[in-house]
Amino acid sequence: MAFIACALRAAFLAAAATASLATLPAPAVAADGKLTIGLVLPLSGAFANEGRQYENGIKVFQKIHGKTVAGLPVEIVTRDDQGPSSGDLARRLTQELIVRDKADVIIGYSFTPNAMAAATLLNEAKKPAIIVNAATSIITEKSPYFVRVSWTLAQAAATLGDWAAKNGIKTAYTMVSDYAPGLDAEKWFKQAFTAGGGKIVGTVRTPVTAMEYAPYLQRVVEVKPDALFAFNPGGDVSVAFMKATHERGVAAAGIKLLVTGDVVEENALVLIGDALDGVISVHHYQIGLQNPANEQFLKVHKELFGADDIPNARAVQAFDAMDVLYRAVAKTAANLDADALLNALKGMKLDSPRGPIEIDATTRDIVQNMYIRRGLKIDGRWQNVAVETYRAVADPGKTPPK
Amino acid sequence: MSNVIVVLVDGVAYGMLLFLFAVGLSVTLGLMRFINLAHGAFAMGGAYLAVVLVNDGGLPFLLALPLVFMATGAAGALLERGVIRHLYDRGALQQVLFSIGLAFALSATATIAFGPQQQGVQIPSWLMGRHCVFGVQISGYRVFLVAAGAATAAALAYLFDYTLFGARIRAAVDNRVAAEGIGIKVDRLFVTTFAIGSALAGLGGALSIEMLGLDPTFAFKYLTMLLMIVAIGGAGSTEGLLMAALFLGVVDALFKYFLPEAGSFVIFGVLVAVLVVRPHGLRGRTA
Repeated sequence: MAFIACALRAAFLAAAATASLATLPAPAVAADGKLTIGLVLPLSGAFANEGRQYENGIKVFQKIHGKTVAGLPVEIVTRDDQGPSSGDLARRLTQELIVRDKADVIIGYSFTPNAMAAATLLNEAKKPAIIVNAATSIITEKSPYFVRVSWTLAQAAATLGDWAAKNGIKTAYTMVSDYAPGLDAEKWFKQAFTAGGGKIVGTVRTPVTAMEYAPYLQRVVEVKPDALFAFNPGGDVSVAFMKATHERGVAAAGIKLLVTGDVVEENALVLIGDALDGVISVHHYQIGLQNPANEQFLKVHKELFGADDIPNARAVQAFDAMDVLYRAVAKTAANLDADALLNALKGMKLDSPRGPIEIDATTRDIVQNMYIRRGLKIDGRWQNVAVETYRAVADPGKTPPK
Repeated sequence: MSNVIVVLVDGVAYGMLLFLFAVGLSVTLGLMRFINLAHGAFAMGGAYLAVVLVNDGGLPFLLALPLVFMATGAAGALLERGVIRHLYDRGALQQVLFSIGLAFALSATATIAFGPQQQGVQIPSWLMGRHCVFGVQISGYRVFLVAAGAATAAALAYLFDYTLFGARIRAAVDNRVAAEGIGIKVDRLFVTTFAIGSALAGLGGALSIEMLGLDPTFAFKYLTMLLMIVAIGGAGSTEGLLMAALFLGVVDALFKYFLPEAGSFVIFGVLVAVLVVRPHGLRGRTA
């Protein structure tokens, strides 16, 4: 029976294909009658917490928008790439998802090396991949099949550098973790800050896993710049760094602390505590944003995961990855061909929980608001409160066209 | 000049943290010669217990510490009676495989019980602020670490080097048959010592949360550092361990202050240099 069903189905599909050829330009629908999304996320090890944020964002999206799009049932196949330093694993998982699980689209890559490792594979397989986080500018230039819905370090650091120069900060000291994203952050902050008339009076690069910052900060306090710009990789390292700035009395010495938003992520604020007081950060999302999409996002997130589980930008990035994909599939009327989907994604505009976003038609990278926030205690809870908005910021870090 | 003193004091305090974190390993690995790669996992267990007692149970941090000490000690004693005593005369590889397996299991258990996110512990506010001690600005928690480290070092040095208990344990490790022959109850001696090592691990873990954070990977993240400190200090010597930890803390702080470009290379360079010159560590017994 199964054989007969299969043969009938094949015949039907062949007929459908012929019919669609005959009646151009009706698009060919999904070959297997469903949309398969392959997820490549860090779900175990030191970065499992990040992976959970992405998964939760996707669950919130599906709770609101359902598990079918343009008539296609959506199937999600999840794979664990275990964090950074496993680019080879991310590549292998991507291959398995495409070849064995017949994934139509990949969503994932929390880390730059993992996205980079998958780039040539996507080129060969001709499958689109929506980058859910990895934030080094160059990634989207490595494959025409990459679309990014997260952010780039250049986007954040350059915005902060510009803001600093315009807000009475004359001298700054930079302290970044010594790896590719850190160097990006240092470069773009410096460029925007000096372009605005500021002066860098000191630079230090710290080991990526460093937990003891007191001696570095002692040096900063002695140099006494107007501001300290810092970037580090989030998680325990950033919590330790933030606590150390408080212990060392950086703010008390009259030095303004400027950080990229991932250093003071929403769900780390309870651990950072008083050290957040007055800290200026730049990010593309915070839970305090007031717009209908964010209200709905937060409401459903609370329903699903409880009030204690605080979503951060990562959850929103995954939510938006699903959103752009659903919209693209709806736009192509369930045609899952890579070029059709990419054409639908390019130039797409929508209202995300983080505000209006756009996928740039040429770079396939995200254009979004960047928020300058200040650490404030409201109703006994520390929060990053937006004080200024830079609208529709594109990634400044792209290689200029020749 | 006073700036350098601030950096030195910070380095000493950080060294004391390393000492408190590693001292339990010095007992189980160093003194008892059981290759205990689950030390980090014991410390993680103590740290999670402290988080539960303080944040959920509402106990003051300082009161939670002795409870953590006793609870991880009791857990260590049970583990020793149940499993580890069968491993003393097995080869090093079997001890490594058992203890690293145990560490993985405990880490996975912590993920199930507490989730993968970072945890923090509520430290009393009088310990948080900065104080002026002999003209040097230092945070209360660092003063507390120095005091706790010094007290622990003194107590252990006395216990293992100057009491009959200490003499018996050293004798039993060196020659178990002869020790039993002269009437030392080696079984009871070992369970007590292993319990002390576990209790110190738990205490070290609880004291580390404030500066090193806590998540399920805590069981492995600092294992290399801990083994290094014990190796440099010399197995089984409390004074050696204290010297090694303070030395590393101070060298690390000075390099971060004067030559940050050297990065994390320094501390490994020190390890290699010490082990080339003194293969048994600063104060190791050449058994």
